[in-house]
Amino acid sequence: MSSVSIRNLKITFGALNVLETLNLEIAEGEFIVLLGPSGCGKSTLLNAIAGLLDITDGQIWINGRNVTWSEPHDRGIGMVFQSYALYPRLTVEGNLSFGLKMAGTPKAEIARRVADAARILQLEPLLKRQPAQLSGGQRQRVAIGRALVRDANVLLFDEPLSNLDAKLRTELRVEIKRLHKSLGSTMIFVTHDQVEALTLADRVAVMHNGVIQQFATPKEIYQRPINRFVASFVGSPQMNFLTGTIHRRDEASLFRLTDGTEIDLTGYQFRLPVEDRQPATLGIRPEQAQLQPSSNHAAPLKALFTIEEPMGPDTLLWGTVAGETFSIRISADQVAVIGEECQVHVNIAHTSLFDEAGERL
Amino acid sequence: MKQGSIRWSVYAGLTPAILIVVFAYVGTMIWTIGISFTDSRMLPVARFAGISQYVRLFGSDRWLTSLQNMVLFGVLMIGISLALGFLLAVALDQRVRAEGFLRTVILYPYAMSFIVTGLVWQWILGPTLGIQETVRGWGFENFRFDWIVQKETAIYCVVLAGIWHAAGLVMAIMLAGLRGIDQDLWKASRIDGIKPWRFYLHIVIPMLRPSFISATVLLSLGVVKLYDLVLVLTGGGPGFSSDVPAKFVMDYLFQRQNIGLATAAATTLLITVLCVLTPWLYAEYFRAERPKE
Repeated sequence: MSSVSIRNLKITFGALNVLETLNLEIAEGEFIVLLGPSGCGKSTLLNAIAGLLDITDGQIWINGRNVTWSEPHDRGIGMVFQSYALYPRLTVEGNLSFGLKMAGTPKAEIARRVADAARILQLEPLLKRQPAQLSGGQRQRVAIGRALVRDANVLLFDEPLSNLDAKLRTELRVEIKRLHKSLGSTMIFVTHDQVEALTLADRVAVMHNGVIQQFATPKEIYQRPINRFVASFVGSPQMNFLTGTIHRRDEASLFRLTDGTEIDLTGYQFRLPVEDRQPATLGIRPEQAQLQPSSNHAAPLKALFTIEEPMGPDTLLWGTVAGETFSIRISADQVAVIGEECQVHVNIAHTSLFDEAGERL
Repeated sequence: MKQGSIRWSVYAGLTPAILIVVFAYVGTMIWTIGISFTDSRMLPVARFAGISQYVRLFGSDRWLTSLQNMVLFGVLMIGISLALGFLLAVALDQRVRAEGFLRTVILYPYAMSFIVTGLVWQWILGPTLGIQETVRGWGFENFRFDWIVQKETAIYCVVLAGIWHAAGLVMAIMLAGLRGIDQDLWKASRIDGIKPWRFYLHIVIPMLRPSFISATVLLSLGVVKLYDLVLVLTGGGPGFSSDVPAKFVMDYLFQRQNIGLATAAATTLLITVLCVLTPWLYAEYFRAERPKE
């Protein structure tokens, strides 16, 4: 049974179509990340699921109920905001219990739920403090606690880690993942940070211009991006793109770069049929190109590297292949060849080919 | 060396301000208090008379009435202005159309002097000119609305005009406060299913505490200074029924030539204000600073 189901959702602000016929099926207990650049409609989608935004057309189902026109608090959801949105001048305990108190929940029940949430999030020592006396990470934990006490089985996160510094972000990310493991509730998490998306999600929905580009597991998104937008948005440093043409030769095909280098495409799994002499783009992730040949299908490319960036565990080399910017990731103990032409080897099975429209071939 | 010279130039720059404060404010204040202990009448004299002026002052019905009026005006005007201003701000904060226009209209009375406010309301409330006459003109011959000429109710007319004048200012202060509230808080309250009026009561009003304090301080100053509005609107009448302390002081200083009594009244007024404001402001500002730590 799907926990959250979005059917033909359409949202317009005036003449602007923010989301158009968007469909999304989320299974019970799944951790879904909506990933995309700012303005792609991911927060709009989340607010629509929460009921904080009137939708133009379509339906939203949560836990098998059509909640399209239900009030936010009737939807069985909890939500965590980027700015924490804690009630100031209430203690942590007050923040956790305020909504329940206003809903007329019995006192004993409130106490039990607050105690549960406080235990899960290790908030017990902070219960009597005011939000102003807490650090950013603690505040966000309280905000998560406020969503937990609602006993909702769908939790929504609107960029909850964006206001935190890098160290806290990593800590809280792990904590959210642990929380998901122990609670087993459905979670929908909005972020523009691909690391958060790839580390947290069971499945990632990459959005662009109000359209879900690809909805798949992080591994699939990373290794087999469905189009050039997903390929370039996910991954840091960005995937390398080399333009050229595909040539069919009997059984095999090969990819000819602008400088005439030919790469054997044997081993590449085509998704779409290709024609002879079809212009295309070859996408290679920096870590998929190596200085040493490592497999049978390794195709050598002539590269010239000019800049070396040691990152700690590995090193990035920046240069050009066939006149286009190219970067590779090598392990830190490898010797980099800077300033003179060398060969890099690519496992063609791990690369991505895109047609002129940007679709994966 | 350099530090020292900078410090001296700072003092040099501040000297005019310090001189003005010392002589024009503190000096005259002390002089006024001094005069109140003499039996000066038309001109200040230095014959010490103990507290006889204060005894006379508190034996005077007119002074007691004016003190009562000030308290009544203060409580009602500040209370109702705060409530009304807050409600107006909340109404304007609901993304209404032509908000800028409405904001200007509501704030406009504050731009008018008390003289103009007093005149306008005198016309509106005056039985032979304003509302009563108009409604009678429509055929309701027995309609009566003559608060302004009744001893018991004249002060409420002053309160009414005072609220009309001040509510817009309170609205502007409150609206600024409301705009500073994080939009996510609204969303969070909707997810929690908190009714809007409860959200306003339990979350927004406590958050607007600094705005309420600023507005109250500003309005309190107006209460103590209240003079011109009463002068124009009711002239302190009928009789002395709507008299206020500032008007009492002015009358005894410049019309009745009784400087001793007037300065005694002014001193009493000063002490009253200090007694009320000092502990409150002290508590407010020192308590406000602690949570920030």
